[in-house]
Amino acid sequence: METSHYFEQLRRSRIWRSIFRSGTGTSTLHRSLAIQQNVFLHLFSTKVRRRMLSFSATWYLGTLTFGTFLLLVATGILLMLYYHPSIPQAYADTKDLQFIVSSGLFLRNLHRWSAHAMVFLVFAHMFKVFYRGAHRPPREFNWVIGIILLLITLLLSYTGYLLPWDQLAFWAITVGSNIASAVPLLGNKIHFLLLGGNAVNANALLRFYVLHCMILPLTAIFFIAIHFWRIRKDGGLYAHSSEPTAVRARVAAATLREVP
Amino acid sequence: MSDDKKNVASRASNDLNRRQFFAKLGLGSLSIAAAGTAVFAYQFLSPNVLFEPSPVINVGKPGSYPLDSVTLYVNSGIYIIHAKEGFFSLSAVCTHLGCLTTWKPELGMIACPCHGSKFRQSGEKIEGPAPKPLPWKRMWVSDDGDLMVDRATDVRPMQFVRV
Repeated sequence: METSHYFEQLRRSRIWRSIFRSGTGTSTLHRSLAIQQNVFLHLFSTKVRRRMLSFSATWYLGTLTFGTFLLLVATGILLMLYYHPSIPQAYADTKDLQFIVSSGLFLRNLHRWSAHAMVFLVFAHMFKVFYRGAHRPPREFNWVIGIILLLITLLLSYTGYLLPWDQLAFWAITVGSNIASAVPLLGNKIHFLLLGGNAVNANALLRFYVLHCMILPLTAIFFIAIHFWRIRKDGGLYAHSSEPTAVRARVAAATLREVP
Repeated sequence: MSDDKKNVASRASNDLNRRQFFAKLGLGSLSIAAAGTAVFAYQFLSPNVLFEPSPVINVGKPGSYPLDSVTLYVNSGIYIIHAKEGFFSLSAVCTHLGCLTTWKPELGMIACPCHGSKFRQSGEKIEGPAPKPLPWKRMWVSDDGDLMVDRATDVRPMQFVRV
């Protein structure tokens, strides 16, 4: 009782009110404003169907994917403090992270397992969306953004694979970049630009490092923001039972036509 | 008066007004800038100097290779083979996806550990996903009597170097 009283006083203070302008009430309006006026939360709907918050509706797969992404950013930034993207220092630094740096092994393993989990969760999320039929209009563009995010996730995994600079990394990237050379006409140019040379060496390590730590994560954040915002713009999370009657009728008619 | 009206009408149908002109000018300059940016990005991303090992390597005296021997140079990615017809050099880089192959003396063949391609000592493919045989590399004897190999130059097979 006491704590909530102090919290209430804090929420009425001038400083709090200067940061959060939506006011202290608990009415629907105040709650909506709290979402709408927050730079991070305003991407989301101010109102959500209660059923859509239950586990069975989404299995929270999208949220869990984003959770692993945040874990990867946090652990990745910490790993960057001990890692030099140069040859042969990169391999030594990876070993140091495992055997010398306090909690280095934990952070590296957390980064690796989160990366595996993120790829798994992205696929699980896409299967769930697809089999629920949530990729259909009006949500078709958000599905396309999801495909882009899948590709970014795979590229993040691929570029991260080279960074330990061990035998597995070297040959995996040799094989992977040679697959890129199979592109008609431009293949060899793409291979050259990707590696910054004719073979996997210092330039390739640095390019993959910059892609892995800057370009791809920033691109991912950009598309994740659009992905979340589109959920609101496309009428919230897909729930068949609460779709407008017209949409349901159209879907039903299409299904009937398809079934012989 | 009627002439003026006619002029205005014809200008509206054929010519650009000021707003359209500037819109076109703006779009045009943006397109040129975009093309310039693409060229700039391509040139910037292509290194002009590469610190890669020289393609020409010295593999020592011919006498150090016994007859019927296959010697792999791991760092250079080539085999030096002393067959009864003479010496030749074969690329050790698999033509499938670029893994380093290895000589299997007990099988008498070259094998790739990545996806299982197998080659004869002459480079011909026996089986596996490799699309092409292992290329022969240009080989010659230097003035000092050393065997030299140019890894960047492929030659037609069966061009033995006799010492």
